[in-house]
Amino acid sequence: MNAPVTKPIHVGLKPTPFIERLRPLNKFESLEYWKGYWSPADYGNAEREYFAIRNTSSVFDLSPMTKYRITGPDTVAFLQRMVTRDVSKIKVGRVGYTVWCNDEGKVIDDGTLFRLGENHFRLCCQENQLFWLSHSAEGFDVNIYDETDEVTGLSLQGPTSCSVLKALGCEGIETLKPFEMRAFPFAGGEVVVSRTGFTGDLGYELWIDPSLALPLWDGLQEAGKPFSGVEPIGSHALDMVRIEAGFIAAQVDFVPADQAIRADRARSPFELNLGWLVAMDKGHFTGRRALLEEQKNGSKYCLVAVDIDGKYPADGSIIYHHKETEVGHITSGIWSPTAKRNIGLASLLVPFGKTMLDDLWVEIYVMRELKWEKLMVKCTVVKAPFFEPARRRATPPLTY
Amino acid sequence: MTKSYDHIVIGAGHNGLTAAAYLAKAGGRVLVLEARDAIGGASATAEIAPGYKVSTCAHLLNQLHPRVAKDLGLASHGLKFAGTDLPTTVLGASGAVLRAQGDNVEGAISPADRAKYAAFRKKLLKFSKRLQPMLLTTPPRLLNRDFKQNMDLLKLGWAIRSLGRTDMREFLRVAGMNVYDLVRDDFESDLVQVLFANDAVLGTSMGPRSPGTVLTLLYRLTGEIAGRQGALALPQGGMGAVADALAAAATKAGAEIRTAAPVARILIENDRAVGVVLSSGEEIRAGHILSNADPRTTFVKLVGARHLDAGFQRDVTKIRTKGMAAKLNLALDSLPAFTGLNQSDLAGRVILSESIEQIENAFNPAKYGEYSPTPLIELTIPSVADPSLTGPGKHVLSAIVQYAPYHLKAGWDAAREDFLKTIMARLENFAPGIGKQVVASQLLTPLDLEREYGLPGGHWHHGELAIDQLLMLRPVAAASRYEGPIAGLYLCGAGAHPGGGVMGAAGHNAARTVLEARKSGEKAA
Ligand SMILES: Cc1cc2nc3c(=O)[nH]c(=O)nc-3n(C[C@H](O)[C@H](O)[C@H](O)COP(=O)(O)OP(=O)(O)OC[C@H]3O[C@@H](n4cnc5c(N)ncnc54)[C@H](O)[C@@H]3O)c2cc1C
Repeated sequence: MNAPVTKPIHVGLKPTPFIERLRPLNKFESLEYWKGYWSPADYGNAEREYFAIRNTSSVFDLSPMTKYRITGPDTVAFLQRMVTRDVSKIKVGRVGYTVWCNDEGKVIDDGTLFRLGENHFRLCCQENQLFWLSHSAEGFDVNIYDETDEVTGLSLQGPTSCSVLKALGCEGIETLKPFEMRAFPFAGGEVVVSRTGFTGDLGYELWIDPSLALPLWDGLQEAGKPFSGVEPIGSHALDMVRIEAGFIAAQVDFVPADQAIRADRARSPFELNLGWLVAMDKGHFTGRRALLEEQKNGSKYCLVAVDIDGKYPADGSIIYHHKETEVGHITSGIWSPTAKRNIGLASLLVPFGKTMLDDLWVEIYVMRELKWEKLMVKCTVVKAPFFEPARRRATPPLTY
Repeated sequence: MTKSYDHIVIGAGHNGLTAAAYLAKAGGRVLVLEARDAIGGASATAEIAPGYKVSTCAHLLNQLHPRVAKDLGLASHGLKFAGTDLPTTVLGASGAVLRAQGDNVEGAISPADRAKYAAFRKKLLKFSKRLQPMLLTTPPRLLNRDFKQNMDLLKLGWAIRSLGRTDMREFLRVAGMNVYDLVRDDFESDLVQVLFANDAVLGTSMGPRSPGTVLTLLYRLTGEIAGRQGALALPQGGMGAVADALAAAATKAGAEIRTAAPVARILIENDRAVGVVLSSGEEIRAGHILSNADPRTTFVKLVGARHLDAGFQRDVTKIRTKGMAAKLNLALDSLPAFTGLNQSDLAGRVILSESIEQIENAFNPAKYGEYSPTPLIELTIPSVADPSLTGPGKHVLSAIVQYAPYHLKAGWDAAREDFLKTIMARLENFAPGIGKQVVASQLLTPLDLEREYGLPGGHWHHGELAIDQLLMLRPVAAASRYEGPIAGLYLCGAGAHPGGGVMGAAGHNAARTVLEARKSGEKAA
């Protein structure tokens, strides 16, 4: 006899604690697949949502984000061995972005590490990672607990976000520096605010007990009123800003190494332009030996930011050298409304993108009145981000 | 003042001693550190009662590699035999007896089977012969092979291809089979089926019907003693004599051997193994560290997760090491009387089983965490041919008893006594009155083998010999060429290619790898 199932099983999409407020706003029922949660792709007008991120304040439901609580005496040693970054340098109360690799030094996923205590971290990542975490935990005295449904999150991003939080009652929020976090009393409980996000703009992520989710939502709507409101956004708008910020996304700009079937499809941190996350001097971590080899022998691929002539988004397009030889492709591409440029992230076969920068062309197919036309347009390797407002880092940020 | 060494070998099992002897002969300063009070690992002789010495674990020598024996001059270092071509007797139901020696077989066998026996055995020996070169070859890498490794792979393929079309087809047909189907295709008589099945499953966690059991049979038959392939030998003085001769060869060449010196951890600096720390806290350094301990102990316990990639650690942790064989050693005040057997039968090997079905049936409970109520038993009474073990008149009996799962539901500490009774009852069936002849007994369950001999899961080979744990996958892909992920650390025991059995090939190959590294290091310097 199997033990009786005590947890309710959700049939269909799993609701988030905000769904009561969000579902009525999602007029077209436009959703994105995210681990089976109810997660909006847009609320009917992604462009409007995009401009809210850049001009006022936007709010995105982060509930489906996978959150692992990592505690126990070996927490730091465990993380040092698992991720590429030097975790000891992330102080209590701070957040760090990192990646982790398989033995071959290829990136499995990326995520943010919140240091809540000396031996207490929260790892936030898009996909489930329990498999890899539990393997990595063998031999370490740590507890790994999936608290995804016990800590819910909202991402509040945009130039007025600091003012909105002030109005919500987060006293002193303006002194919070990028990648810092702090708890504020809220509705008899507390909300933890971290100055983090996926937009490359001024913004915060709010972490709270699910029972306080709706009061938080309502509170933000109320607090946002004097600042042209707080606009709910979906993943489409978020995707646009993250490309402008030069941030990569799993499954888009890289294939998680544990999911890649073909041996040459996975990418190392160096190949994703994330070498700055790799702390070779911190001692051993999974993939280190392979990465040292790669440093010695050179990487096979690189990831660069590109500026593409014309106005047609080049997402997925093949890149040629001298209009002849295939050398890579655009992994993410949009017309950037803020930068007013046709931008993209590109995966290129080295030396293209490193030393061979000239004579690169993108093949774009455009549909013009029921006729496909093939364009060969020039593509230039540039520096990311494409858009980086001073407010992103300014402390205190400008208040409205 | 601490002495300095070129090479440290962790473990004085026969493979560790082999590696030590080769390295010392090549001029290296070698230190062997053994956890136990005695050398030899699972190839050992010990006194189980005053005046009764017996091979405590392994009891027959059939795989010692001739090249190792010759290179190290084991004969000149004291290795003598009490028998080099022992007969095997299978004792079945109601006194049925089958006697086999080399290509000859007689007794409980049908005329048709008897006519086929020699040809069948020759065929197996021929196939095994083709596998012999592989024993001393370092497995080629799975990916990124260099020229030499491609050649090695080609040679292996060629060895099989050159069997000729018919034989090659036959080889490919049988190699993946189970031994049950193989022998029942050719033989109708029970005891001849038992004979081959025993050799296929002994020391594995497989039954005759398990896939891969023809491969384990062929693997075993690669062995050669005194120029005879597939023969069985009894070293004079028990299996410990093999270890003693290896130790003599090693010390003669300048190696130092310390017993009661368990290594607690391997010292790693700048991602390189640079020495060891003993349980006592003593730290000893050397340029190369070889480990005769099993791969899991070596990496998980002595190196530790912090120095390993997570995928590697997981692979090593998952090496299948479920031991299924127990060992019963009996001190006897007189020679037991096995129904239907004569003294010369008892000087050889005796297998107790009625049929191949009985062996498979004996395996069944073991799959579910119980020991066999009627186990398969392979026994020797080495004192018949080698009175030096006990003195005249007295005897020792050494029995491998299968199946006894490492993970016993009832727990071994609770069930040991009952299991002993079960085995004694089984023996009593074949040798009435044997119980009364017992002066002392030593039962080693797989758990005891792990505790006392450091064999993981009590497994003979430090890891199952199965297709996914052989050659370039032994013990795991990333450590299949004796060198694991940590520079300066090598595996030299049964967990490495080509596996266990008292053979010395793993020790030989590991030493060669170290010597190559030493040479290229010297060149670089
Ligand atoms: C019951 C039984 C019966 C068998 N019968 C036969 C047979 O009849 N014929 C045959 O050919 N083979 C037989 N085998 C298999 C054979 O004995 C083994 O495969 C072989 O002896 C393995 O040799 P090894 O040197 O690789 O390892 P081992 O003999 O296991 O030696 C490893 C050594 O390393 C030492 N060690 C481990 N950890 C440490 C540490 N941290 N510090 C210091 N030292 C350490 C151990 O104490 C041990 O001495 C039998 C095995 C068993 C258990």
